[in-house]
Amino acid sequence: MTIGKVQLMKSQKNASRFKETLLVLTLSALLSGCATSGNPKDPIEGFNRAMFAFNEGLDTVLIKPVAQGYDAVLPAPVRTGVTNFFGNIADLFIGVNNLLQGKPDQAFSDLGRVVINSTIGILGLFDVATEAGLEKHEEDFGQTFGRWGAGDGAYVVIPVFGPRTVRDTVGLVLDVATDPVANVSDVPTRNSLTALRLIDTRADLLPADKVIEEAALDKYAYVRDGYLQRRRNLIHDGNPPRELD
Amino acid sequence: MKYLLGLLAACLFSVAAMASDVAPDVLVKNVTSEVLDAVRKDKDIQNGNSRKTLELVETKILPHFNFQRMTQLALGREGRQATPDQMKVLVDEFRNLLVRTYSKALTEYRDQEIVFKPFRMAATDTDVRVRTEVKQSGGKPVQIDYYLEKANPGWKVYDIEVAGVSLVTNYRSSFTQEIQKGGIDGLIRSLQAKNKSGASSPAK
Repeated sequence: MTIGKVQLMKSQKNASRFKETLLVLTLSALLSGCATSGNPKDPIEGFNRAMFAFNEGLDTVLIKPVAQGYDAVLPAPVRTGVTNFFGNIADLFIGVNNLLQGKPDQAFSDLGRVVINSTIGILGLFDVATEAGLEKHEEDFGQTFGRWGAGDGAYVVIPVFGPRTVRDTVGLVLDVATDPVANVSDVPTRNSLTALRLIDTRADLLPADKVIEEAALDKYAYVRDGYLQRRRNLIHDGNPPRELD
Repeated sequence: MKYLLGLLAACLFSVAAMASDVAPDVLVKNVTSEVLDAVRKDKDIQNGNSRKTLELVETKILPHFNFQRMTQLALGREGRQATPDQMKVLVDEFRNLLVRTYSKALTEYRDQEIVFKPFRMAATDTDVRVRTEVKQSGGKPVQIDYYLEKANPGWKVYDIEVAGVSLVTNYRSSFTQEIQKGGIDGLIRSLQAKNKSGASSPAK
């Protein structure tokens, strides 16, 4: 048997084990589906809690330790450079989304950021545009749909990607489809970039872990409600109508 | 002599009035810069001395908060069934939870630049929002909004939103869930257990 074959079999075995795990999780989620607390924004709470636990497990055994190592090994300026590099790539479609949301001035500013940071900022490693007064924005297709009037839909926890709503899940599909990194044709390069971005994003979130652990009575509910409030705020560009008590 | 006394009384009165009439945005600005200065100057706080941090929070920040209102806001509708005694315990425990959580986060913001957004209010307003932004390198600035209500004297903070997430109402569904499961006392027990677990864990 060649090494390639062994690896192939191994990966098939792993894949099937992964599928089994998913199946078991889905089943247990469906069975516990009746154990919801009746939150109208979260009709599939049982399933979501199972997915949340799955994501937490994945984070604990794999993503977080790697992010901690990354954070410990690389000096802060290098990490900022990596964050800036991916931020610059993201600015392109942030601009497109601003345009789709009818905010041409912001879209123009985003485009300006890409031009400045890609050139003077050396391929986006330095965020010179912010220093020059062009503020970074945060937009995605989910927000664009929200801006167009689409409601949240049910809250869903997606494997690996985490909290979303039905609307934001549709947005996510478009975000991934238009993601320059996901469209790199060379597979090893694409995979390395995707992994690096994931780890870098996770490393940036490490300080928040402690706060959430300290703050939350029920981490699942705390993250869910935080996500929903955050999205509402983003869709209204930081100025949502105040909800009644 | 009478005239002098009158003048003195007027002076005293105006000083007192000044202290209580600090505009809400000025109040937030003063407290923020005072606290950040204290953190920047104090090596012990920077190195995570929790006793000193707590002391700073207790003396400089907490007097400007209305924890009664915050607790009611976090409880929502379910809070109406709480007796005055239960409410007192809830306010204490919720206050401890918030203080414990966020005093540790205080030192993280010491080097960042805080920008105050333009503030407008009518003389008759009793409920206002003071908007600020924390600049961070390589990212969108983090929006921090303070909600204050007229308290006579002065103003009190009753909610803070970080990046649009209210540190208070984000508890509502967990609290509701606890109350539906074990009543107000059940929620009190959960809060007490949470606060104890945090206090006994070694400081990292």
